[in-house]
Parts: sequence; structure tokens; C-alpha cells
Amino acid sequence: MKQSSVVDLLLLLLTIAVLATPAFSDLVLSKVERRIDVTSQFARVTKTLKVVNPGSESVSEFMLIFPKFLGNNLAYLSVKTKRPVANLSVKKADPKGIPDSISVYSVGLPKTLSKGDTLTLEVVATFTNVLQPFPEKITQGEIHLVMLQESSQYLSPYTVESQSLSIKLPNARIESYSKLENTKLQGSELKYGPYKNLSPFSYSPIVVHFESKAAFSVAEKLVREIEVSHWGNVQVTEHYNVVHRGAQLKGEFSRLDFQARPNPRGASAFRHLLARLPPRAHSIYYRDDIGNISTSEMQSDSKKTELLIEPRFPLFGGWKTFFTIGYGLPLSDFLFASEGKRFVNISFGSPMIDLVTEKLIVQVVLPEGSKDISVTTPFAVKQSREIKYSHLDIAGRPVVVLEKDNVVLDHNQHIQVYYKFSNINLLSEPLMLISGFFVLFITCIIYTRADFSISKSSPTYLAKLQWDEVLATLQEVQSIIQKCLAAHDKLEASLRDLSRTGDIQTCKAARKSTDSLLKDLSKELKPLQGFLQSSPSASHISPKVEELVVKEKELQEKLMAKHTTVVEGYEKKSSGRDIENRIASQQQKIIALRQEIEDLLEFIDEI
Amino acid sequence: MAALESPQPAATTTAMRHAFGNVLSVLILVLIGVLAFSIRLFSVIKYESVIHEFDPYFNYRVTQFLSKNGIYEFWNWFDDRTWYPLGRVIGGTVYPGLTLTAGTIWWVLNSLNIPLSVETVCVFTAPVFSAFASWATYLLTKEVKGSGAGLAAAVLLAMVPSYISRSVAGSYDNEAVAIFALIFTFYLYIKTLNTGSLFYATLNALAYFYMVCSWGGYTFIINLIPMHVLLCIVTGRYSPRLYIAYAPLVVLGTLLAALVPVVGFNAVLTSEHFASFLVFIIIHVVALVYYIKGILTPKMFKVAVTLVVSIGMVVCFIVVAILVALVASSPTGGWSGRSLSLLDPTYASKYIPIIASVSEHQPPTWPSYFMDINVLAFLVPAGIIACFSPLSDSSSFVVLYIVMSVYFSGVMVRLMLVLAPAACIMSGIALSQAFDVFTGSIKYQLGGSSNSTDNAEDTNNAPKDDASAGKTDKGEEIVKERSSKKGKKKEREPADKPSVKSKAKKKALVLPLETSIVALLLLIMLGAFYVIHCVWAAAEAYSAPSIVLTSQSRDGLHVFDDFRESYAWLSHNTDVDDKVASWWDYGYQTTAMANRTVIVDNNTWNNTHIATVGTAMSSPEKAAWEIFNSLDVKYVLVVFGGLIGYPSDDINKFLWMVRIGGGVFPHIKEADYLRDGQYRIDSEATPTMLNCLMYKLSYYRFVETDGKGYDRVRRTEIGKKHFKLTHFEEVFTSHHWMVRIYKLKPARNRIRGRAKKLKSKTTSSGWSSKSEKKNPWV
Repeated sequence: MKQSSVVDLLLLLLTIAVLATPAFSDLVLSKVERRIDVTSQFARVTKTLKVVNPGSESVSEFMLIFPKFLGNNLAYLSVKTKRPVANLSVKKADPKGIPDSISVYSVGLPKTLSKGDTLTLEVVATFTNVLQPFPEKITQGEIHLVMLQESSQYLSPYTVESQSLSIKLPNARIESYSKLENTKLQGSELKYGPYKNLSPFSYSPIVVHFESKAAFSVAEKLVREIEVSHWGNVQVTEHYNVVHRGAQLKGEFSRLDFQARPNPRGASAFRHLLARLPPRAHSIYYRDDIGNISTSEMQSDSKKTELLIEPRFPLFGGWKTFFTIGYGLPLSDFLFASEGKRFVNISFGSPMIDLVTEKLIVQVVLPEGSKDISVTTPFAVKQSREIKYSHLDIAGRPVVVLEKDNVVLDHNQHIQVYYKFSNINLLSEPLMLISGFFVLFITCIIYTRADFSISKSSPTYLAKLQWDEVLATLQEVQSIIQKCLAAHDKLEASLRDLSRTGDIQTCKAARKSTDSLLKDLSKELKPLQGFLQSSPSASHISPKVEELVVKEKELQEKLMAKHTTVVEGYEKKSSGRDIENRIASQQQKIIALRQEIEDLLEFIDEI
Repeated sequence: MAALESPQPAATTTAMRHAFGNVLSVLILVLIGVLAFSIRLFSVIKYESVIHEFDPYFNYRVTQFLSKNGIYEFWNWFDDRTWYPLGRVIGGTVYPGLTLTAGTIWWVLNSLNIPLSVETVCVFTAPVFSAFASWATYLLTKEVKGSGAGLAAAVLLAMVPSYISRSVAGSYDNEAVAIFALIFTFYLYIKTLNTGSLFYATLNALAYFYMVCSWGGYTFIINLIPMHVLLCIVTGRYSPRLYIAYAPLVVLGTLLAALVPVVGFNAVLTSEHFASFLVFIIIHVVALVYYIKGILTPKMFKVAVTLVVSIGMVVCFIVVAILVALVASSPTGGWSGRSLSLLDPTYASKYIPIIASVSEHQPPTWPSYFMDINVLAFLVPAGIIACFSPLSDSSSFVVLYIVMSVYFSGVMVRLMLVLAPAACIMSGIALSQAFDVFTGSIKYQLGGSSNSTDNAEDTNNAPKDDASAGKTDKGEEIVKERSSKKGKKKEREPADKPSVKSKAKKKALVLPLETSIVALLLLIMLGAFYVIHCVWAAAEAYSAPSIVLTSQSRDGLHVFDDFRESYAWLSHNTDVDDKVASWWDYGYQTTAMANRTVIVDNNTWNNTHIATVGTAMSSPEKAAWEIFNSLDVKYVLVVFGGLIGYPSDDINKFLWMVRIGGGVFPHIKEADYLRDGQYRIDSEATPTMLNCLMYKLSYYRFVETDGKGYDRVRRTEIGKKHFKLTHFEEVFTSHHWMVRIYKLKPARNRIRGRAKKLKSKTTSSGWSSKSEKKNPWV
């Protein structure tokens, strides 16, 4: 790796030397200050450029150039003017006559720069993958060394009058660095320059080799799904494929060493990732394909929610893992309305600190029925649309898919997704459920009430109808018998009254009314009996019914006889004991009959 | 004396009571379903929504495959991730019922746009099906002894610990749906037997088909039903209904069973099914006899009997002879190992160490009966007695069922699961009958006293709507029985319902009021104890998913998630085609969670292959390396509990590795590992033990943790403390050291000069020992 880069550099220099520079206007950079921060896993370069236009032509465009190996790893680039503060537009340019080993970005200046004007530009650029681990493979106990390649001189198509470079290294051991003139190492800060009056395309490679304790955590792929529900929730689900991009682990991994002497045995591994979630995040979960991961901690206050997650195993160089975190956010914090449209205002990048995302896919799932969707982003992303079917959807939910490679913390800016949505749509799913259940119940009711037999003339159907009739008749018979029995009870009651009061007349009256009632009842019973006898399906029941009726008659007679005897006894003023003796035999028979009738009734009831 | 009501309302109240009773039973059934479902959610609440244990992981993986690739791919699935290098034809060797069920549920939900993951569906399949199972129990018991007993049995089944142990959320195993299928098949059989309807007979065959799809335990059905049929014939209970219940089941059922690839021709070729064919023949003979009896005069019939019997004897003899010859010609006598160990409990431990090595194939202990069916064990005899008064076709079936399942559960712990529904049905019948008697006598007594008439005159008591009230009462009683709060109400309620039972019965059953009330209270208490035990068992005993362990310590709950930690490591940090060797227990989990190829897994279909791994584990490092290398193994995974005291680790399973390995490769001798008849790892251990791979991989650098090497499971210091690995290197050890993964070191380069010299040597062993000694790296 190192070899090839060096070869690249040489080639680059060669080409630059050959290069004629007609494509660029002859601006002059009167002062260039560069600060490179390599305390984390990426290199963050901040430049202050003082631009002067000495020529006659006015210039509206400014060129930033990087060597290709840096330009390919450029994750973030922003150019600002200091006074007034304004973001300038940057785009990748491809002017003719520039060799392949150089990447060119053109910056549109806020106003054309006429002769003698000066302008100060603040350039922030973040490069990933420029800290190369060297050696590339280390054992568990070795320290993690990385190497940075840069140029001590600012590579520019313009003449640079004065420039300086400072590299902020992590506060640790420095293995080696290129010693040029004017090189100073102050603490952990390495300074090159100032250098004066450099011609365009000056380049002088430097290499810094130092220990890095930063976590080289890279998400090879991150899918963020942001689902907006107008019921009051924004659900964010993030799927991470994380890899440790530092020097690869060579040889054994010993848990013993890792646990007993975590430093230095395991210093190159990282165990935690910190996610800074929006405030009021709730229902947070952390899991992977095979279930919940229990090693996470959460702290929250009114300003932020911090989630410290620990992967299932410590990640050494080259080790990978996968996990998912998810959380809900209150809708009111992220959904706003403007000009008849609604918009979701939500952060684009991952909430993880110190995580570089190689491929980020953000899917904003809008509620079903959203229309006129448009997206504004602070930087260029690849956009596409999808449809997602989720709970009880019919038309599906529109999904805005945003893709971007090489995403760093600087990209954690808000994006806005505008759409139109009417609240009526909210009710569609509950209504659907309600009507579904309604239909279900109605069908059940209809099914139980209606007659669904296919053939109305089939023998089984007819038999069923007949059987229903028989059952109805049976019920009538039953009720009549019950009435008879009730009448009997009344008679008995009257007898008891007689024994208490000795009032023969009321007793006789009761007898008379009961007689007539029973007669009516037996009349009612006749046609029913006739029907049961005639219907074939009741053949096995009718004898029982007959028996019942006969028994009932018998009981009736016995009761009457008993009644007569008792009343007569009273009329003759016989002694109570005498009467009792006389009716004793009748009484027994009555009880037996009553018993039989009840048995029969029970039998019929069971049919 | 009750007032004379006008007759019309009396009829409508009867109808209303019926309707009310029906609605109430439906409501109770719904509640029972909710109960059955929710009592199984402890595992999700206490742990997480995750698949449990070992076999469920395989089923989960198959379901994932099914949902991803569809049914046709599933039938043809040749799995190259297991049994390397043999592979396994999953579609043809798996009971597909469970996976098809869960796959169908998943598919239906997803086509309704309810995006549940396959995992979620799998986790909750078992609780859902236990709700179904309790409804099926209701139906079955209702057919036997009425709906009161049905409801009681359903409640008992909804929370019987034995069944809970196999069907908590996440326990995605065949038994989860099979128990439902079992009970439902029995219900349909009884229903057919009671109605004689061909419709139910067909349904019965389909239910049997579902059971065959779901579980190997279907042989229980196909043996139990013929036994019952035989019982009915022998006791002179033959009827056309019996014929309709049995004959279509055998014909359709066998045809359908043969459609399931894993059964195939076994449905007609193995002796587990022969009983059904024999009875099939017998029932036809009997049917013929009955038919002839109907058309002949008694005299002619006698002649015919002698004729038929003599011919029949000859035919039977021939058939039996053929069967015996067939059975004798197959190697295991036509019985598979597991079935044989059912008939002869000592068979497995004598001949098949793999079957014996699984703890659930061991005979149960007495406490496990109490643990698994609790008070039901005491209620079952009462239920059996209740079934004999009066004995019907259906009640004789449940009696037979309980008898058989008690026997089988005594052979294998796992079959306790078959006993549980039978015990619930019996206990349901017992409880319901007991409640009938007690509440009946209370009603009678209270009814009598409220009317201020004495017993002799009771005949005159208002004789309204007799038996119907009795029926609805039963339903109500069950509710009260469950909720002891309402229990008190029961005593009041009968007061306003005059006694209704026929006098003759009543007089026989009447118990003194105080006795009935006390007995009722005792029964309710018994039920309460049962409920408490079940909830405890569900919450504490049976909900642990076994891949996550927890322990309660002073500073809160401690989680041991080592298994998933190392499976995740394997899955993300090894090559997708790497082979991982471990003892077969972890095969399913490794393929499902780590998606890596394994050598052996829990399917245990190839004894030799398992023995190879066992041999490697019990060999010294060099020999083990050669075995593993020949199998193309790259990683070896061992489970080690010595650091935190996890008892079911590989050292404790080591005796099975030695036995199974030694069973195939005689150079592994169990005696070499034993000191005083025990497997020891302390200083008394044999040198063979201290040098075997399992010992070394488990205890590699273990001594450096505490300086002594104290094993918390074996409660002793290890025998050999300081040693180095020459052919393996540690690549991963989980946080609590429960899983240790080693990588096989690549084969060393041959040095040229030596290779030439060695050409003259013939034995490879000589070469290896020499080169090993002189190799500078060792």
C-alpha cells in the first residue's frame, strides 16, 4: 500500500512538472494556513486561503485541487467566506489538460473577483481512509500504528506566496515523520512551514507514522428507515454493518489477555459505540439477527439521549458485526407545516459518533396517501422512490430513498421531505378494521339464521323439517303436562288448606276450576298426540309420549279420587287420622306416578 | 311452594337458559384460549422474543427457508450446511407439519400486509396452538362426558405444566402443534364413533394426516385407536358407527401418511403400523359376521360360524406368518430404535448410546410427575371411576388413552407430554362430576329448606325445566371453580333455583350440606394450588430460553449471553464456507445462528459421523487434528462452564463422546478415561483424559484466570494446568468463557530433505511422530 502510494506520488509530480497551466486563471494565494486533525479515524483538513487577483481579468471561479488518492477519499468538502458568512457552491470539475492523478473541484465565488480584490476562503475537507494502518496486521498485544501521507506544500494551481501546515496528532507516541526544513514538533502538534513563494503545483510529500487510539469503526452499509406515522410517532430503525478498519488482528485472540490486561492487550479493539439520539427518544431497542443484545446503556436528559452500545464481542481489526437499533421519536418534534405542505425535518446521517459510513441509505417512509413529495438536502444525494407495504396498506406507503457514499459526522445535517397529506386518510385503516369485523359478524348472523341447504326437496332436508316440527310439538306437549302438574299441585294445595281451615266450599270450588282446566288441557293435548302418532320421524318418541299422557291421566284420576275421599271425609267429619289412613294407599301411588311422569319428562327433554 | 307460572314463559326460559349457557361456554372458551396463550408469554416478558433451545432453531431455519424459497424448493432442499460432507435431504427427512403451519401463518399475515417477521411467527406459534389444543380438549371431553367436563378439562390443559414446558413462546418444536393435532384427531374419532357420520370420518383422516406431518408420535394414534376398536369388539360393542370411525381412518390415513416424505412407505412397511392393519382385518370379519347374522336364521348362522371360523383361522395364520417373516427379515425387527426403547425401556441404554445420551429419553422420576401434572395425578383415578359410570364407547377410549400414556410416560420423560392431555381430560371429568354431586346436594338441601317442606313431601316442589338447568349449571360451575372469588356465590345461587334433578338419582347422591360445602371448598383450594403451581412452573421453571442464562446477584440481574456472542462472531468473522466442528448438541444452533457448516447436528441420523467427532474430541491433539483436517474442519467449538459454573458443558457430556466414539472406533476405550469408575479431571485423572482434545480445548490457559485452575462445575482444581496447543489456536472465547472457538493450524510445510528421507518409510504414524519431535516450531 505504502509502496504504491509513493509510486503514485512520483507519477503525480512528474505529470505536474510537465503540465502547462493554461486552464487556470492566474490568481495568487497570498496566505495559506492548513490544519490537519488526525486525532480520530479520518483526517479533517481546515484551510484558510487568502485569495488575491493580481491579473486584469475578473474571476468568478476558484479551483481546489487534491491529489487523486486524497480526492477519492474526500467525504466532505465545504467552502465558506468569512465576511459575510456564506456557503459557497462546490462542484466537481473536469477541466481539460489535467492529468488523472488530480481531482479538481471548482468553487463558485460569491462575487466576481476583479483586479486587486482579495477574498478569504475557509475550506473544510474531511478525508476517510487516509490514515493507513502500518503494519497492516498486528497481534492482540501490539499497538496500533497508522500512517498519514500529505504534502508539506499546498497543492494548488495558483502561486502561493506564504503557507504553513500544522498536523494535530493524537496525544501519543509518534513513530516517525518526514523531516524537512522548518519542521517542528511541539507536543503532539507537528508544524511544517512557513514556506514562501511557491510556484503552482508545488508538491513535497511527507509521511507521518504515529499511534492512533481512535476507534476505526466503519459502517460498510447503513440503512436508516424513518417511518412517519401521523398517529404521533416517527420510528427510526437503523441497520448497521460495522467493521473495524484498523490494522487486522493477526494470530490468536485470547480472552484471558483481553480481560486481565485490557491495556495494552486489546487496545486496538473497540468495545463501545456511542449514539447521540434526539431528545425524547423512546422505545429504544438494540438487537441483531439472533435476538436482543443486552449490553447497552442509556442516559437521557432534556437535551439529548445518549445510548452507549456494546457489540456482542469486542471488535478487533478486521472483525465485523451487524446490529440494529431502533427508537421512536415524538412526531411533533420533527413534523412541521409550511405553505399547505407538511415537511419532515430530520437528521440525515447516523447518530453514532466517530462512525464513518461507507454506504448510507436513508428511507423516509411517508404515510399512505401522501402526495407531491419533494426533498431538499444540503448536499447532493442520489434519490429514488419506492413503495412499501406495511400494516393493512392497500396502496402502499411512498418511500423516499436517499443514498450517499462516504458519510461522516459533518453530514449530520437536517434534510426536509415535503409532502401533502390529508388527515382523512388516517381514518381509513381503523374504518377498514371496523367494517371487516362488522362484515364478519353479519356473516355469522346470516349463517346461523338462514337456511343454506342446497336441495329443498331432498329427503334429509324434509326429515329435518319434520323433526323440527316434532320437536316443537314435543315442547308443547311438555308444557301442557307441566300445566297439568301445576294444576295437580293446586289441588293438593287446596287439600292442605282444607286441613288447615276446614273450609269445604273453597276446596270444592278449587276442585271445579281445576277440573275444567284439566279438561281443556287434555283437549289441547289430543291433536298434538295425533300429530306425533302420524309423523314417521317421531315413531320412537310417540310411545313415550303416549305413556306420559296415560300416566298423567292416571295420576289425575288418583288425585281426584284422593280429593273426593278427603273432601268426603271432611264432610262426614271423620277424624284426620281416619282420612289419612284412607288416602294412604292412594298417596303412595300418586307419588310413584308423579315420579314416573317426571322421569318421562326428563327423557323427553333430553331429546 | 313455587308460584304457578304461566307455561309459555317456562318454555322461553328454557330456551333462554340454553342460549345463555351456550354464550357463556363460548365466552369461557375464549377466556381459556387467552389463558393458554398468555401463560406461555412469561418467556417473552422475562427474557425476550427469541427461539429457544436446540431443535426449535432447526425448525426456525427450515421455516426461514420455506418462507424465502417456497414450498417446492422446500421439498427438494438438500442442505449442505449440516453433516458435512454428507449433507442432509431436509425435505425428505423432516416432519413438515410445524414449518408448513408457521410458514402458512406467515404467508397469510404478509399477504394481508401485516409485516411480522418469520421469527415472531415462529415464537408465537406454540402459544397459539396450545389455545387450539385446549379447545380441542374441550370438544373431546364434551363428546365423552358433556360440556361441563369439557370446560374443566380445557382449563386444566390450558395450564398443565407438562405441556407448558414444550410450548412456551419461543419453544418452536414439533410437539407444539402435534399435541393439538393429537387431541383433535382423538376428538374426531370419538365424534365419528358417537355420530357414525362419514363427514367426521373424513375429517378424522385429515386430522390424522396433519398429525403425521407434525410429529413422529403419530404412531401413538395409529396404535391406540386400533386397540380401542379391538376393545370395543371384544366387549361386544361393535356397531356400524365403530366401523365408520375406523375403516376410513386406516385406508385414508395410511394413504395420506404415505404422502409425507419422511414416512413414505414406512406407513405400510414398519411394524408400528401393523396393529392397525390387523385390526382392520378383524373389524371387517366382525362386520361380515354381524351382517350374516342379520340375514340368516339362528340355526344357519351357527353353521356359518363354524365354517367361517375354520377358514378364518387358516387365513389369519397365513397373514401372521407373512408378517412375522417380514418383520424378522428387517434388521431391527421392523421397529425403529426409539419405538423399541418404548417397549423395552432398557433397550436404548443397552444398545444405542445416542438415544440414551439425551436426557429427555430417560425414564422420569416420581417428582417429575408431580412437577408436570401436579394435582391431576390425584384426580385421574377419580376420573377413571367416573368414566365407568356408565361406560360408553367414548369413555372407554379415554380410559384406554390414559392407561397407555401412563405407561409410555413411564418409559420416556418426553412422553409425559402425551400423558398430560389424558390426565387433564380425566381430571376434568372427575372435577366436573364432583362438582355436580356437591352442588346438586347443596341445591337439594337448600331448595328443601327454603320451601319448608320435608323430604317426603318434596315431590310437590315446583317441577320446572328439569335437565336443562342442570346443563347450564355445569357451565357456570366451571367458571366459579376457576375464580375462587365467585366460589361463594355458588352456595347462594342454588337457593333461588329449586332442585331439579330426578328424585331417584338425588336420593342416592345427596350428601349432607356441610360435607358438600367443605368438599367444594377443598376442591376449589385444590384447583387454586394447581393454578399457583402452573403459574410458578410457567414463570420460573420452563421459560428460560437456554441460550441466554441469567443469574440474580447482589448488583442486579446478570446476563450470560455467551452462546449468541460466539455464534455472532462465527457468523460475521469467518468465511461463509468454513466448517465448524462441535458436539452435536450445538449443530442446529450453529447452522441457524452462525450460518456455518457443521459436521454433526441434533438430528443424529448417522451414528458413525457422530462417533467420528466423539473420537476426535477424545483423542490426543495430533490425532484429533488429523481427523478434523480430513473432515475439512476449520474451527472447533467447545462449551466450557468451568469459569462460571455452567453445568451442562462439554466436559460433563464427555462420557457420551467417549461411549459413542468407542462404540464405533474400538481404539477409544472408556476404561482409559475412568478413574474409580468416574470421569475425573482433577489430579487423579488418567493421562488419556488429561491429553485428550476436549480437556485441552476446555482448559487452555484456564489456570491463568485464578492461578489455580479451579473448576466451578466439577468443584475441583484441574489436573493438568500448564500446557500449550500445538495444532490448534484460540481464535475466540466468549465473555464468560462459556464458548471457546479454536482454529486448526494449517499443516506445516514439509522440509525438503526430510521428505526425501521419509519416502522410504512406510507408516505414516512413524513419520508424524518423528517430524513432530524434530520440528523447531513445536
